[in-house]
Amino acid sequence: MANDPIKQFEITRIVPLENVAGLDLSFTNSSLFMVASVAAASAFLYFGSANRGLVPSRLQSMAELSYEFVASMLRDAAGTQGMRFFPFVFSLFMFVLFANMFGMFPYFFTVTSHIIVTFALAMLVIGTVVVYGFMKHGLKFLGLFVPEGVPGYLVPLVVLIEIISFLSRPISLSVRLFANMLAGHITLKVFAGFVVSLGALGAAGVAGAILPLIMVVAITALEFLVAFLQAYVFAVLTCMYLNDALHPSH
Amino acid sequence: MKKPTRTPATDEQAGRVISNPNADLEQRRQALEDALAQRAPKRDAAEEGRQEGAGSGFGAALKMSSEFVAGILVGAGLGYLLDLLAGTTPWGLIVFLFLGFAAGVLNVLRAAGRVAQPADGARGERLRGNGAGD
Repeated sequence: MANDPIKQFEITRIVPLENVAGLDLSFTNSSLFMVASVAAASAFLYFGSANRGLVPSRLQSMAELSYEFVASMLRDAAGTQGMRFFPFVFSLFMFVLFANMFGMFPYFFTVTSHIIVTFALAMLVIGTVVVYGFMKHGLKFLGLFVPEGVPGYLVPLVVLIEIISFLSRPISLSVRLFANMLAGHITLKVFAGFVVSLGALGAAGVAGAILPLIMVVAITALEFLVAFLQAYVFAVLTCMYLNDALHPSH
Repeated sequence: MKKPTRTPATDEQAGRVISNPNADLEQRRQALEDALAQRAPKRDAAEEGRQEGAGSGFGAALKMSSEFVAGILVGAGLGYLLDLLAGTTPWGLIVFLFLGFAAGVLNVLRAAGRVAQPADGARGERLRGNGAGD
């Protein structure tokens, strides 16, 4: 099928390294766009901060704006103590934002539309929370699972539910980002496909194709919003979970 | 609508004691609503507005459903693993699937802001101070 809406998510090997110690370490289009996201984010911040003008240039004020944005988000959610995680949260935010935005270019690959990528990012967050929580608070970190004021006979049940709820965090964190990107890109592709197939039907079809064309334009704008919003949501939730690691007590 | 047999203990769970056991239903519902409003996490209006304005209904739906599904998946996964290790097929799966449902509902309520986060640090302390906890 010419306009298969799933084809855009296909992984292709660019540099095939299919059997390195039993692992497929090929450099794929996904890897390429991950490298591109990292390179673009680094270049943006490097050139943004290269001049260090007292009166910032446009690029510098954009870089400062993104710094302030993430810093205030982290301070609000986890307090000033949370600022030790700033490099981590800022890198995550910039990576997800650039990966999402790269996905908005036609013919570009969307890294975050694959659940394994978003799940790896989410596991990084939860792994940090767990490791740092146990390092800082020891066994008191487990107090996170015991809400206070619960009657004694309900504690085992509530603790089990809280543990499952905690373990479900990386899944919901990754599924949310992945599903938003996947659904948005499929919707775009399907509506764009309508335009083409209706346009092939002759004069009446061309007239009818105007409606999906308007939809495609509107959805493209919405997708830019979603691309930013999902990076924001991912970073906010990261801050909230890190807050649990810093202050697990009730 | 009077229930003289009602024990004060259930009213205490609602966060405040109603001394008159003959208090009518309307009054008790009001008390419960107040208690729930106190229990709910307080968010500043600015943040609320930003999230309302920016997040479309579609985004909210994805958020809620991912929270719910994640709870169930983790519950089922844990139950399955437990069964594999302990050889209690299928009871672990059954029990943990239901616990997963409960965790999913808890996740959704938290995402909707109806139940306070497990630990909101200093803020959580303040919210929790006036109630019996969740």
